[in-house]
Amino acid sequence: MKIVVCIKQVPDTKGGVKFNPDGTLDRAAMLAIMNPDDKAGLEAALRIKDETGAEVTVVTMGLPKAEDALREALAMGADKAVLVTDRCLGGADTWATSSTVAAALKMMEYDLIITGRQAIDGDTAQVGPQIAEHLGLPVISYAEGLTIEGDSVIVKRQYEDRYHEIKAKMPCLVTALSELNVPRYMTPGGIFDAYDEKEVTVWSRADLGENLRDEDMGLAGSPTKIAKASDKVRKGAGEKVVLDPTESVAYIMGKLKEKHVI
Amino acid sequence: MNLEEYKGVYIYAQQVDNELSSIAFELIGKGKELAKDLGTDVTAVLLGYQVKGLADQLAEYGADRVIVVDDKELEVYRTEPYAHALSCVINEYKPDIMLVGATAIGRDLGPTVSARVHTGLTADCTVLEIGDFPLNPMPGKEQKHNQLLMTRPAFGGNTIATIACPDNRPQMATVRPGVMQKLEPVKGAKAEIIDYNPGFVPNDRYVEILNIIKQTKTTENIMDAKILVSGGRGVGSAENFQMLQELADVLGGTVSCSRAVVENGWKPVDLQVGQTGKTVRPLLYFAIGISGAIQHVAGMEESDIVIAINKDEDAPIFDVADYGIVGDLNKIVPALTAQLKAELNK
Repeated sequence: MKIVVCIKQVPDTKGGVKFNPDGTLDRAAMLAIMNPDDKAGLEAALRIKDETGAEVTVVTMGLPKAEDALREALAMGADKAVLVTDRCLGGADTWATSSTVAAALKMMEYDLIITGRQAIDGDTAQVGPQIAEHLGLPVISYAEGLTIEGDSVIVKRQYEDRYHEIKAKMPCLVTALSELNVPRYMTPGGIFDAYDEKEVTVWSRADLGENLRDEDMGLAGSPTKIAKASDKVRKGAGEKVVLDPTESVAYIMGKLKEKHVI
Repeated sequence: MNLEEYKGVYIYAQQVDNELSSIAFELIGKGKELAKDLGTDVTAVLLGYQVKGLADQLAEYGADRVIVVDDKELEVYRTEPYAHALSCVINEYKPDIMLVGATAIGRDLGPTVSARVHTGLTADCTVLEIGDFPLNPMPGKEQKHNQLLMTRPAFGGNTIATIACPDNRPQMATVRPGVMQKLEPVKGAKAEIIDYNPGFVPNDRYVEILNIIKQTKTTENIMDAKILVSGGRGVGSAENFQMLQELADVLGGTVSCSRAVVENGWKPVDLQVGQTGKTVRPLLYFAIGISGAIQHVAGMEESDIVIAINKDEDAPIFDVADYGIVGDLNKIVPALTAQLKAELNK
């Protein structure tokens, strides 16, 4: 069995958001990490590998430095890694990103593709289902449980107030939630292998060939265009009042009404 | 793609167990505003099995037209038959704008459909308006008018982007639940109802649902709460949190807390907001007896409205509160709860 896990390197927005003195985001000061949902997807693949001996390949599209995330995946136990990187792929929205990753997947063998549900920098949750659409595969999003049964996967698919237990025939694509598992750490031996024994294959635009149309990639191939972007200036102080309890209650009631909370 | 052919504002009217989700009405409310600016009307797309009876409710909340796809294959949400149905509606009726709720269903259906009909999709929007793209005229570049401008938070809420989809149709967005306002329903309002069925041919993409398990979660997920009543060390004891619970109950909210409260063993760590706890973004956040250490603020500053109650007028929480009250929480909170009860039971 062959599993491909799609991962993304992202700035760490959790627990370490840094701001410049003017209140804007200090991206340079933030660590680059493997996206948490993707890491849970990788762990799910590695657990299947532990049980069945499946081959696990990780793939990412990004800047050359995204190789670090692939090496981490190799050190955790992935067998192969592919980095899709090319200047002409930059500025991609989810349509162009999913078209590009799907093109890379067309050149690989897979029974199961796992992506994270969403990345913590964009939070869109779109690329996984869109890759499945480009490849014509069944997609099951929001997986909080994943097992293999013969030629099918059984997925616990999360909704707001319930879950569905879903059976899908492979090949298919599953998007993983962080709740799926607790990812393993890299081992010293794994780190050694990741840098000395295992390779990261690098593909450029040219390597994807006709699997990717020029009009579907990069900034120009993105249907959505940014009209305006700004780092959100942190919330400043609002009003502060010193009132007796009865007046305080009236004050809060007034604000709740004004804001249509009640 | 001839963009001129695409007309009207369409919304996906999500139903689960043949009950319309609140987001359906919220999208109609926003859709009406957009439609007014564009001189057009609002069509709700209702997919399901034996759901036609829900169309009147959509009309009462403002839908001018309801397209109903009623088929046994749509009995329970599955990506493929739903994506097939919605894509076929789009290809047949050619909407200018297609809005979908950013729910666990919509965030699966939206991307699948947008890829199938080859258009852009902007996720989790919090503001939608009609305007020009580019926003300001640029030499040598056509400025398009009457475009849907979609604004969304990204980067964990640390950045805000406004996005357009100038060259593809429909312009698609998923919209965060709870942000847009519903209209007051008009009893007896009727919409034009159109029955449409594109035909369904099951294949391997029609997954099999083995089980449906409804969950009543033991601890509520504070990240999903619209209203949080959060307490800190100043609340004083585990017993005093009952006061906060009563306030939360009357508002339909959830209790959360600061790290000090967890360390004192007053509340479980699941309810902790902050850097080492959870990041929350409710519509309303009460910070009660919380000093507002930077680690706490990092987890709640994206809340839409922050009301702080603290006896220390120099508490840093007042720097991020929209409304700060310097006073005794033991007196204010119970009185507020009583007042709200009276108000809401009127």
